[in-house]
Amino acid sequence: MKLTKKKYAMVIDTKTCVGCGACVVACKTENEVPEGRHRDWIVEEVSGTFPNLQMEIRSERCNHCSNAPCVHACPTGASHYKKGTENLVLVDENKCTGCKACMAACPYEARFTVPEGYTSKCTFCSHRIEKKEQPACSTVCPAQAIYFGDLNNPMSAVSRLLRKRKFKTLLPEVGTKANVYYLV
Amino acid sequence: MAKEFSRREFIKIAGAGVGTLALGAGIGKVVYDALGNDAAADVITKTPTYCEMCTYQCAGWAYLKNGKPWKLVGNDIDEHSYGRFCTKGSAGFGVYNDSDRLKTPLIRKEERGKQVFKEATWDEAFEYIAKKLEHIKKTYGPESVALFSHGSGGKWFKQLLKAYGTSSFAAPSYANCRGPREEGYINTFGEPIDSPERTDMRNSRCVVLIGSHLGENTHSQQVNEFTTAIRNGATVIVADPRYSTAAGKAKHWLPIKPGTDIALLLAWIHVIINEELYDRDYVDRYTSGFEKLKAAVKNNTPEWAYPITSIKAEVIRETAREMAKNAPATILHPGRHNVWYGDDTQRVRAGAIINALLGSWGRKGGFFMPERAEVPAYPGPKPPKPKKSFKDTPTGKKFDLANLAISSGVCDATVHGVRNDHGTFYEGWFIYGSNLIKALPQREKTIKALRDLELVVVVDILPTEITGWADVVLPDTTYLERYDDLRQSPGRTPQIALRSPVLPPRYDSKPAWWIAKNLGEKMGLGKYFPWKDIEEYLEYRLKKAGSSLSEMKKLGVKNMERKDPLYISKGEDYKFPTDSKKIELYSDLLKDYGFDPVPVYTRHEEPPEGFYRLLYGRSPSHSFARTINNPILAQVNPENTVWVNAGIAKDWGLKNGEYVKLENQDGVISGKIKVKVTERIRPDCVYMVHGFGSEQKKLKRAYNKGADDQALMTRVKVDPIMGGQAIHGNFVTFKV
Repeated sequence: MKLTKKKYAMVIDTKTCVGCGACVVACKTENEVPEGRHRDWIVEEVSGTFPNLQMEIRSERCNHCSNAPCVHACPTGASHYKKGTENLVLVDENKCTGCKACMAACPYEARFTVPEGYTSKCTFCSHRIEKKEQPACSTVCPAQAIYFGDLNNPMSAVSRLLRKRKFKTLLPEVGTKANVYYLV
Repeated sequence: MAKEFSRREFIKIAGAGVGTLALGAGIGKVVYDALGNDAAADVITKTPTYCEMCTYQCAGWAYLKNGKPWKLVGNDIDEHSYGRFCTKGSAGFGVYNDSDRLKTPLIRKEERGKQVFKEATWDEAFEYIAKKLEHIKKTYGPESVALFSHGSGGKWFKQLLKAYGTSSFAAPSYANCRGPREEGYINTFGEPIDSPERTDMRNSRCVVLIGSHLGENTHSQQVNEFTTAIRNGATVIVADPRYSTAAGKAKHWLPIKPGTDIALLLAWIHVIINEELYDRDYVDRYTSGFEKLKAAVKNNTPEWAYPITSIKAEVIRETAREMAKNAPATILHPGRHNVWYGDDTQRVRAGAIINALLGSWGRKGGFFMPERAEVPAYPGPKPPKPKKSFKDTPTGKKFDLANLAISSGVCDATVHGVRNDHGTFYEGWFIYGSNLIKALPQREKTIKALRDLELVVVVDILPTEITGWADVVLPDTTYLERYDDLRQSPGRTPQIALRSPVLPPRYDSKPAWWIAKNLGEKMGLGKYFPWKDIEEYLEYRLKKAGSSLSEMKKLGVKNMERKDPLYISKGEDYKFPTDSKKIELYSDLLKDYGFDPVPVYTRHEEPPEGFYRLLYGRSPSHSFARTINNPILAQVNPENTVWVNAGIAKDWGLKNGEYVKLENQDGVISGKIKVKVTERIRPDCVYMVHGFGSEQKKLKRAYNKGADDQALMTRVKVDPIMGGQAIHGNFVTFKV
């Protein structure tokens, strides 16, 4: 059997997400993210006027784009796709010079620098994936709104959800081919 | 119809890092596994605990990496959390790491409230307290000591004070929070809702929320089940003056005029009865007083309710039909914090009556029948019987139906000016984990009482507003540094959960059980703590329940067998624990006490021109004042905002993000608070998250952040049934 590369994706259900921020804190502790920084965050988008309102709540993070501007922008190759995946973007801290070209290139403002000088961001909890565990944000979500898996596997929960439900990605017009999908 | 995007609101909730820390090795840990690759050298351990970030007590695991705090994760079989900790639970190491913690016992040096203390040894502190308690016992009797308590550790001080000879145990969580809910259900079904709630939401086809803002209130089980219902396509109906997170998930959002909920509930009852939407078999079999109820709500038509509530008659009808269509898998959620307008027990009861008409109590998707794990107590001598109790105070006598001591009543019975009128009064207070200055409205009353006491002992983790008023401050450990008694909360599965120490206590803090036992020994009450230490105590109880400490250290949570079915089966000859053995749609008991046997709508005071009703609630990142200083959560949500309707903001020229002060109807002015201009709230009210605006300088992250809603609550309406202190009757205007 030919081994295909993984296409890791996160599917986040805006219909059940309550924006509590458990994903933010679980990520902070799991990944020991430095004080004042965060790899994921909550956006509440309200439209309409009282009392005809709509609200979408999203847990946002690096979109692990299939066409990632940060990877293209990185002059040293520090930002790269993880081996065996089509799209899992990682930063090799030893190669990163802290030039911030990736931060300028990212349309999602998903990156930040750590006190040591290199850039950092969501890794989809790459270290957990290696142990066949789900990302921390997904396992903590009290609303069970965050799904994670391989889109190249048609049987995965994420593939099934995207076949069944209406979804969107953020800023599709910039051509990044984002892999965080929002069920709407 | 084209959507109008009049404004878009974005909120980014940023996370925060775990602060730096230095610690010793852990104790009693189970070595878990080592991470692969580059982290191969890391030693990961996990220890079972149950959370104390709020009082919901979700069980989980505390992970250390190389002996240092790493993360907290829910236990998969725990029915409080389903293995998913909330924002606060995930940030539990923050309180452990908080450098503002109380570090040693303190004894007051100058007058109360001045916060001038000298550091003391535990022995000195115990000596001081024991002497005072001896004096109080001799002079006034042991019954004149009261305990205010919130949280698991309070149990040990109850044990201590029972042994001393008093039974006056108050908790602000009763008369200042969920008391009306429990009494409303007790007076209808004969049983309380309790915590965690007996709501079968995960199986509900229709969930109705009245002012309850699940999602912003993040009790994990509740959020989990509410969103499970949504995922399964349940209809959500939310009545709330604010477009809450839950309202954002609702099919029907009813932006009800504040203070008119009973009118809506009565109109729903009217429709359900008059359109014959109720469960006839259930009502015939299990309820009493149906005809009297029908007669009582005869005139409460949706047309009657419309001008009161601002909810259109057809919306009231449509939502009532929606509830009935999904019954019995419909739940009108009982809420939690319920002290709003003073007729709160009656409002909750109106909801309980709807649940009864729909046949949802004891039915799948409605309310299940909870069971508690039976674990025998550790044997010990019987405590002395108090000669008098809270029931003998003026407040206690007035609220005969109240099932717990009322905090403000304890205050009233403490103030010396009125002592001579009292059959009893208080001379000593123990305050465990309960910041009374923030938790009770009308703080001047609390302070007056505090000034008149012979002894004030505060046991807490952080220096809060109340620790400033203590004679003796005792530094408690965080829940991550101690054992506590077993968790035996009621639920679908009777479960026991263990809290065991993850790390040794920091500073000179001691676990609550140790403090109570050692103080007890100093007071000559050692025989009431007949165990060597808590491990011996727990081992005894666990062995009796068919487990052991070592088993529980591996499991964290253990499931026990249920005795009875989860639901009342159709046609079952079920007896309810009420006087009539039936669900009391019409309450003779309430009638006998002079209260309305069926809830009645009364009009509440409206804000004067230029004023707005002050509503308050929860942030998902905080458990009120107790987490504001948490190094992790303080960065996720550092301050509160005041929500102002966009039209009102325009009238006042208020801009989003600008700071204002609020002034209430009695001239009390708040600290500075950021304006949130929003379409998500009615124009007749404003809203803020409770717990901010700390005046305690020793809390470096919380001090002066945001505004304190409690200080603005100078008006209180008292629930005549159970003494609840309702605080939605305060109005504020802007000091620009």
